[in-house]
Amino acid sequence: MGGSGGARVWRRPGTRALSNEKWLGIGLTLTALLAAFAASWLSPHDPLRTDFPQSLQPPGAAGHLLGTDQLGRDLFARVLHGARLALFIGGCTVVLTAVVGGSLGLVAGFVERWPSAVLMRIADVQLSFPFILLAMTINAIVGLGLRNIILSLSAAGWVVYARVVRGEVLSVKQRDYVQAAAALGMSRTRLAVRHVLPNVAPSIIVVASLQFSSFIVAEAAISFLGFGIQPPTPAWGSMLSESRDFVYVAWWLAAFPGAALALTALGVNLLGDWLRDTMDPKLRV
Amino acid sequence: MRAYVVSRLAQTALVVFLSLTAVFAMVRLSGDPVLLFMPMDIQAKDVNEFRQRLGFNDPMPVQYARFLAGAVRGDFGDSLRYRQDAMGLVLERLPATLLLAGTSLLLTFAVAVPLGVLSAVRRDGLLDHVATISTVLGQATPGFWLGLMLIYLFSVQLRWLPTGGMGGVAHLVMPTIVLAAFYAARVARLTRSAVLEVLGEDYILTARAKGLGEGRVIGKHTLRNSAIPIVTLAGLEAGQVLGGAVITETIFAWPGLGRLTVQALLNRDFPVVLAAVFFISLMYTVINLVVDLVYGWLDPRVHLR
Repeated sequence: MGGSGGARVWRRPGTRALSNEKWLGIGLTLTALLAAFAASWLSPHDPLRTDFPQSLQPPGAAGHLLGTDQLGRDLFARVLHGARLALFIGGCTVVLTAVVGGSLGLVAGFVERWPSAVLMRIADVQLSFPFILLAMTINAIVGLGLRNIILSLSAAGWVVYARVVRGEVLSVKQRDYVQAAAALGMSRTRLAVRHVLPNVAPSIIVVASLQFSSFIVAEAAISFLGFGIQPPTPAWGSMLSESRDFVYVAWWLAAFPGAALALTALGVNLLGDWLRDTMDPKLRV
Repeated sequence: MRAYVVSRLAQTALVVFLSLTAVFAMVRLSGDPVLLFMPMDIQAKDVNEFRQRLGFNDPMPVQYARFLAGAVRGDFGDSLRYRQDAMGLVLERLPATLLLAGTSLLLTFAVAVPLGVLSAVRRDGLLDHVATISTVLGQATPGFWLGLMLIYLFSVQLRWLPTGGMGGVAHLVMPTIVLAAFYAARVARLTRSAVLEVLGEDYILTARAKGLGEGRVIGKHTLRNSAIPIVTLAGLEAGQVLGGAVITETIFAWPGLGRLTVQALLNRDFPVVLAAVFFISLMYTVINLVVDLVYGWLDPRVHLR
């Protein structure tokens, strides 16, 4: 194998097994989006309506595709509405962190005085704490619910953008066309918006797509632990948390919400990997 | 070298100080800790007495100064719930977490590094495809769901393993797998791309050209040079293992630091929360320092300043 190994290594280090899988990523992501937008049309059941005589029905029983939970609520409807909630939280958090973290990173890259040093020290402090634990602690202190979980995830997640964007700005700033524009007397704000931002945008998009799934999973984990979104709201994490009491009698309560979460995360991850490989192959997040 | 270690230790102290201050501020801004902790039906007299005893009636700067003075000595006061020393509770739970993190890291490196190396060396082979797909799946599967499914399979259906708690080796199996899964997937992917990158370098071509056997090319020239990114990631992620432990310990009722933190947050037992935050940020920054020192040993070109 010595000889053949030499020729192989000249190909770009990507993964051929993954090149076709962008379609899997696109498919899974579109499925999740469809579930989120069409939840009410896809299932006739109300995700909150209890029907106690019909509780803990297995999948396929009497009009309940995925069965029912301990209060007789339709699991399929709850999983679909869970997709709506997960994508909404993930989307809001990604936009919020990208705007806040991206702008702070842009400023920190341009203004090389003490505010940016302070900002980067704050980033260091935040990175010196595990993300999920940080988001959970913030959430436990600021309070539960939809708005607060988005704020908690954002407060814990903006750092990555700030770091990546600042690094990119510092290198883009040195390029000749930026130097030339500065020499011609272009104002710094205009320089940042017209020349630097478009060059940094691909990194922001790639980081956002890679962060999206980790926000969804983190939200589910935090809700699973008892913070974040509370029952009876159909969030995948709190559904999984409730399913623990019924692991001996109703496997479907744990299997389907978790599978929905894992497949959504998988789809978004594959999409993010593909975006990185096409837009910004050197980026490591 | 010594100057470097000293300045890094100073940074560690700064990081720990800032994170403690942030948590202290958030705790106090979010409302009266006594009212949040106390049950609804408590009498006003008891609330006031409790508040007086814990010093919550003093002005905020006084409370903060007292908090810092205690923190320096590792004293965060007594747990509101258990009336025991908060730091003592944290230290009591530490061995369980270290055991779990240790077995998980061991499993990760025993599986992920060889897998990553093999799939890079036999690129696009069957193993590479299987490894790629399983690492992508491993990264997407949330630990708490994997845990629930393992409990269903091995405890409920097959009755091979206990659902939780701490005891013999059997208790350790599922928590270790769950905690290692995500981490192992990342390490395997990174190992693969690091090894591929090194395999494209000129010195590997030279090593092959001068007729070195494949075993020495891979074992000596490739692995040593791809170790740096692997160690970087290992260090970054070792801290995230502490975060993963929070979830794993909760699923499997593992009596460690993570579960203690979750329970303290749920019970609003803030002295324990602060003690845990202190300890976790200390551990995390020390791990990062150790990782940086390992670089210097792995790669003499790296100058630590």
